[in-house]
Amino acid sequence: MIRLENVSVAFAQPHALFKAVDQVSLEIEEGEFFGIVGPSGAGKSTLVRTINLLQRPTSGKIYLAGREITNLQGRELSLLRQNIGMIFQHFNLIKNASVFDNVALALKASSTPQAMLDSRVHELLELVGLSKQLKQYPQELSGGQKQRVAIARALANRPKILLCDEATSALDPEHTQEVIQSLRDIKALYPLTVVFITHQMEVAKSLFDRIAIMASGRVVEVDSAYQIFSRPKSAEACSLVKRSLNFGLSEEVRAKGGELYKIIFKAEHAYAPTIAEISAKFQVDLSIMAGRIEYIQNQPLGCLVVSLDPKLEAEKRSKVLDFLQTRAWVSPYQED
Amino acid sequence: MIEATLEILQRELGKAIAETAIMLGIAALFSLILGISLGFVLYLTRQPAFLANPGLNRGVAGIINFIRSIPFIILVVFTLPFTFWLVGTKIGPVAAAVPMSISATVFLARLVEMSLQEVDRGVIEAAFATGASRALIIRNVLLVEAAPGIARGITVTFISLIGFSAMAGMVGGGGIGNLAVQYGYYRYETGVMLFTIVFLVLIVQFAQYCGDLIARKLAH
Repeated sequence: MIRLENVSVAFAQPHALFKAVDQVSLEIEEGEFFGIVGPSGAGKSTLVRTINLLQRPTSGKIYLAGREITNLQGRELSLLRQNIGMIFQHFNLIKNASVFDNVALALKASSTPQAMLDSRVHELLELVGLSKQLKQYPQELSGGQKQRVAIARALANRPKILLCDEATSALDPEHTQEVIQSLRDIKALYPLTVVFITHQMEVAKSLFDRIAIMASGRVVEVDSAYQIFSRPKSAEACSLVKRSLNFGLSEEVRAKGGELYKIIFKAEHAYAPTIAEISAKFQVDLSIMAGRIEYIQNQPLGCLVVSLDPKLEAEKRSKVLDFLQTRAWVSPYQED
Repeated sequence: MIEATLEILQRELGKAIAETAIMLGIAALFSLILGISLGFVLYLTRQPAFLANPGLNRGVAGIINFIRSIPFIILVVFTLPFTFWLVGTKIGPVAAAVPMSISATVFLARLVEMSLQEVDRGVIEAAFATGASRALIIRNVLLVEAAPGIARGITVTFISLIGFSAMAGMVGGGGIGNLAVQYGYYRYETGVMLFTIVFLVLIVQFAQYCGDLIARKLAH
């Protein structure tokens, strides 16, 4: 559906050329909920903006449904953008225009006949559950409602692609859930391909089918959300995942708990009684300091923090850890 | 004393008000049209997303800065040949309205440009992302978002036009300012002076009140 080929975006700076996006190649499938995750400044926003050419790439090519769009201009560019909805971190609604007029703008952009405009706006606001707010102005709405108006605007011309630029980052957790639910509902109704960029791992966990990890302008890893969370390969992915699966153990537990390891079980072993097996097999007791099960793409991901007796002899310890490694991703526990 | 003041006012006030109204009316009309247009030109020619044209931008900005750096009273004299060519006379309210229009146009152009620059770039970007044409974005986004600021700019411009009209009065434009100078200053008619001051204060207050009201209605 969306294919990026060696896309680079460079900005001229006083002393050097800053490469915001550096040789990125990506393929996003039709109907996917695709996440681009990375710390701020990684080039995510710049990258996603190349898809509707709000940002022209310095080099590289972009294909949508097999057609190269990199150099579209004028009328063709307008048509392309009508087929790609976009929502933003700060909603970017017209402050001095009503909810109705904000959504109507997108329909006017596609020269929708006046006769159809009214009913289509109503339909869209119905879809995001804001039919009653028709005459209100953005300032009178909550953050979640503003983002839903923006979603209605983005979907006005029945696009096949929806780009979301940190769409939940300016919202509190409650409104984040509200927007996420809205997106899920809409995705269930329409065959949309969603490209969602975020630095919030919580959002990534609950929404994405596949994830690309970005750092310093490069895509360092692309995999299914489950793989990224259960077996991150790149250092950047590891640090993002680690932080998101943190337990916040207290100072005291960390001091007295012996050697702490964080264990993330692979899906196929999520239901296996691994800890009990270790006790039986090696006569070693692992004490569980913390644990929880996350669900990513409806698959369970078990996370435990266990402690090993510091007096345990080295040979036995490495055997225990080796056994654990076969079933889980094991790393020394660090609080960060 | 009061009788003398009243007598002068009775004789001169109607004419003075009419002259001031002509000066303000003409200058307001032209500066509104030209000032807002030039403000948009200044803004749009500087934006890569719209009509990036650095040459035109520098040219217009240069002319505006040139005119803005000339004190109004000197501008009146400086533009006399142009005024004569344009309206066929160098005195009277219509002639005075020429430099007033010029001065108010460039003033308002800068204020309009500033209001446009304050429009959130994200909102403009979002509008482009919908595939809207530049013309549609100028009409339905830029103008709507900048409208309260533009209304305030027009108010400020109109109020400074009242000041200009008094100065233009001194150099043959007539009007309320002229009344104050001719009688209040040269003939020591303090009553006339005070009356014109009160009168001008009321006009300014009223203009400011209307301007604020409109700006509030346009903002949400």
